[in-house]
Amino acid sequence: MPLLEIESLNVDYRASRGTVHAVEDASFSLNKGETLGLAGESGSGKSTLGLSIIRLVPYPGVIASGHVRIEGTDILELPESEMQSIRGRKVAYIFQDPMTSLNPVKRIGAHFVELIRTHEPNTSAADALGRAKTILESLGILAERINDYPHQFSGGMRQRIMIGLAITLNPDLVMADEPTTALDVIVQQKILDLLEGLRKVYGMALILISHDLSIILERCDKIIVLYAGQIFEYASSKELHRAPWHPYTQGLLHSIPNIELSDQKLSAIPGSPPDMLSPPKGCRFWPRCPYAMEECRVEEPELIGHEQSHFVRCFLYDKKAGSHIERNREG
Amino acid sequence: MGLRTYVITRILLTIPTLLLLLSMVFLIMRVLPGDPVALHFEKKAEPAQMDAMRRILGLDKPLWVQYTDYLLGLVDVNYFVSHGYPNFGKSMQTFEEVGGQIFSAFPATLELALYSMVIASVIGILLGVASSKSYNSIPDHLIRGFGTIAYAIPVFFLGIIFQLIFGVYLGWLPTGLRINPRVEPPATITGLYTIDSLLEGNLYKFLESFKALLLPSLTLGIILSGIFIRLTRSNMLETLRLDFVTAARARGLKEGTVTYGYALRNAFLPVLTMMGLQFAMLLGGAILTESTFSWPGLGSYIVQRINFRDYTAIQGAVIMFGLFVTVVSLVVDVLYAYFDPRIRL
Amino acid sequence: MKKTKTKLRSILSTLMPGLSSLSKRGPSGWMVLVGIAIVSSIIVMTAIAPWISPYSPILSRVGPIRAAPSLQFPLGTNQLGQDMLSRILCGGSLMLQVSALSVLICFLIGVPIGLFASYAGGMVDSTTSLVIDAVYAFPGLVIAIAIAAMLGPGVINTALSIAVVYIPSYFRIVRSQVLSIKELTYVEAARAVGAKWYTILFRYVFPNVIPSIVVVVTINFADAVLTAAGLTFIGLGVAKNIPDWGWDLTDGRQYLGSGAWWIITFPGIMIVLLALGFTLIGEGLSEMLNPKLQR
Repeated sequence: MPLLEIESLNVDYRASRGTVHAVEDASFSLNKGETLGLAGESGSGKSTLGLSIIRLVPYPGVIASGHVRIEGTDILELPESEMQSIRGRKVAYIFQDPMTSLNPVKRIGAHFVELIRTHEPNTSAADALGRAKTILESLGILAERINDYPHQFSGGMRQRIMIGLAITLNPDLVMADEPTTALDVIVQQKILDLLEGLRKVYGMALILISHDLSIILERCDKIIVLYAGQIFEYASSKELHRAPWHPYTQGLLHSIPNIELSDQKLSAIPGSPPDMLSPPKGCRFWPRCPYAMEECRVEEPELIGHEQSHFVRCFLYDKKAGSHIERNREG
Repeated sequence: MGLRTYVITRILLTIPTLLLLLSMVFLIMRVLPGDPVALHFEKKAEPAQMDAMRRILGLDKPLWVQYTDYLLGLVDVNYFVSHGYPNFGKSMQTFEEVGGQIFSAFPATLELALYSMVIASVIGILLGVASSKSYNSIPDHLIRGFGTIAYAIPVFFLGIIFQLIFGVYLGWLPTGLRINPRVEPPATITGLYTIDSLLEGNLYKFLESFKALLLPSLTLGIILSGIFIRLTRSNMLETLRLDFVTAARARGLKEGTVTYGYALRNAFLPVLTMMGLQFAMLLGGAILTESTFSWPGLGSYIVQRINFRDYTAIQGAVIMFGLFVTVVSLVVDVLYAYFDPRIRL
Repeated sequence: MKKTKTKLRSILSTLMPGLSSLSKRGPSGWMVLVGIAIVSSIIVMTAIAPWISPYSPILSRVGPIRAAPSLQFPLGTNQLGQDMLSRILCGGSLMLQVSALSVLICFLIGVPIGLFASYAGGMVDSTTSLVIDAVYAFPGLVIAIAIAAMLGPGVINTALSIAVVYIPSYFRIVRSQVLSIKELTYVEAARAVGAKWYTILFRYVFPNVIPSIVVVVTINFADAVLTAAGLTFIGLGVAKNIPDWGWDLTDGRQYLGSGAWWIITFPGIMIVLLALGFTLIGEGLSEMLNPKLQR
């Protein structure tokens, strides 16, 4: 049984000005120990998707329909108390900005102790503190700093504390939302290596959410490319790198600068992401797509798959031709 | 900087503020029109009599002499030791020691202020938190409505209504005085009847003084809670959207822990500051409340003395109020530093 | 519900173009509108009172003493036989005058001091702030009482005593705004081009300060109304013959014992309404101006 199974998930934000379909018809799965990358621009819905897995979509967001199954159990049906026992223990979420993710008036040690004693109430405070110190040491933070406050740490250290909190209870799944955006390049690598190391040791599955496709390609087994709330492409990272099907994915890959090419022209995808309150009719990408056809402006393409391993949402790829996918145009 | 250093620094800073306050009060009293001398005489009196009175009242001396005399009087330690209160001068009407009058009237106001503050804070914070948690729902709107209307009611109006309903029609609670006139007040230790009764071990006296305290402090407390509700609500709304709150939930912490340990603990700080500032407002309201309930505190004292243009008395009382407010704001600042470790550094 | 809203909006837009846009801003917009409605109706009522009151508010014995509300006297009569309805209609004028005057004084003194002191910075700013803070920390009513006691009765005197109390609020708001605007790049740019300090102050800084000042003004009004009522209650209000809600509220108290509840209730409600109206405007405006609470 897969560890995580998302089926036709729809998440809306219902504001007075209108409804935004932040996540539309998302379906994918994740097995134990696998890494999945959610790639997309800001506003593509990747964070919303991540948060809906732990049912913490912020107001006025609502999970409109679909299923989220963790080890077979649809968590959307669970009462809040059971959901609370899953969060932090079975599934952990590391937030984007380490500067604002810790309680400013609470000592670091207290964060850990509170976490441990919430999920394992029979643990003594002393034991919990001991465990916290061990974790901090393994993350490269001196144990004496256990009684310091968050503002006494740098951004990189705070990010490590966040990671520490995430892995304390040995979760099956860890989600990291833009784990590197708020940090400088060198620290970025360290953090990602750290995550990878921990993952191997504890056997956790990892969902990496990022706008940086290069990081995702490097570190993930599977990749989902999100655009305006829809999954545009879903494949293993090897496959995606070898043969990106969706024009958007191709655009993203081409825009990654390659340090080894001395005269590379930087390419970018023209235009900008759509206004989610009134997205374009038809395929949401057509205004920016170099291959846009007539039907793209009118109808929305469905997500179709080739042998259940490479999925794409684009009219360039036709279901009618049977199990194979034919291309309508040279590309 | 540790907490101790901060406290000491803060205390030292209050001295110039107090001095400034004193000077301003003194100046205002002397500068404004209105002559206390004239009030001693029913009709227009002989200039000689007026001058004599002026000399007795000490008003013939030049302004700066009066000022220094007054200041020296206040810090006169011997006087303080022998009388038990600082030298606020003599009343211009009765020639009694103003200090004594002020010190006997003050505890009543203190007691009223304390209880009102507690009521206002409890109501304000609880309702404010509840309101913020159910954002944009009917309970939210109702609570906000209550908060807005509460503050718009004149203190004495609410006081009179309470007296009518609970005192007259229902007859449950007394409508004036600090304690049932047939009961002997408790021995003075703190001057607060409720505390003193408890210290004495006398439950009956405690109940009687508590009953007398209930209506006035409810009046003041409910009106003040209006502001606290709105402030707590808006601070909570802002704080609840912050990352660390969602992050706490993401770790599976119980909602109660998140609301109080994470959101309120952080949202509380500006509310605390506001509470300190509102204390000044509270004292103003206390004056009106005291008048309404015939509560023998400093507020009633000022009101009485006003009719006699009793400079020294009004001055002394105003300074006492100022001192009170300064002490409260000091306590608030220290509490703030205690709750927010970032301030101390 | 939506139909009524659209209808209301069209009525509003004929009255004044800006008002209908307020209603689109959600609950805070409605608060402002309701507040404006309350305040303007009270002002209008007070203005046309001399023409619409059935009896002269100060004429005694137009009816029986302490008569309960009836068809002839819808709000009853007070202990002098004066018609309460007429007194209510006319009674707002003193309160409106005093509060308007005190707000004006406050504004004219507090805002310029705030602008100049905080823009000048340095010693000027620090000293002024220190003095103002000392005043600000002070129980407002106490100062008002002390000053009113010394000055004596009268609209101007009462207004002055109330005004002194609230000047610090204006100063502080203006100062915090000026301090943040002062450092903005476009102000620096203006300085670099050689603009004179008064040009910068009035054309760049001041316009940005206005929204916050408006909020303070409305809250100031509400507080002024309540303080004026409070002063009257203590006996420091304006002269006795003018119909005034505060006065009725104070004086009518003694007749409660004989069951004449209407003498204080209606004036009390009117004061609450007036204060409430201003508060709603202020609360609504400050919520609209605070983008953090919008989604």
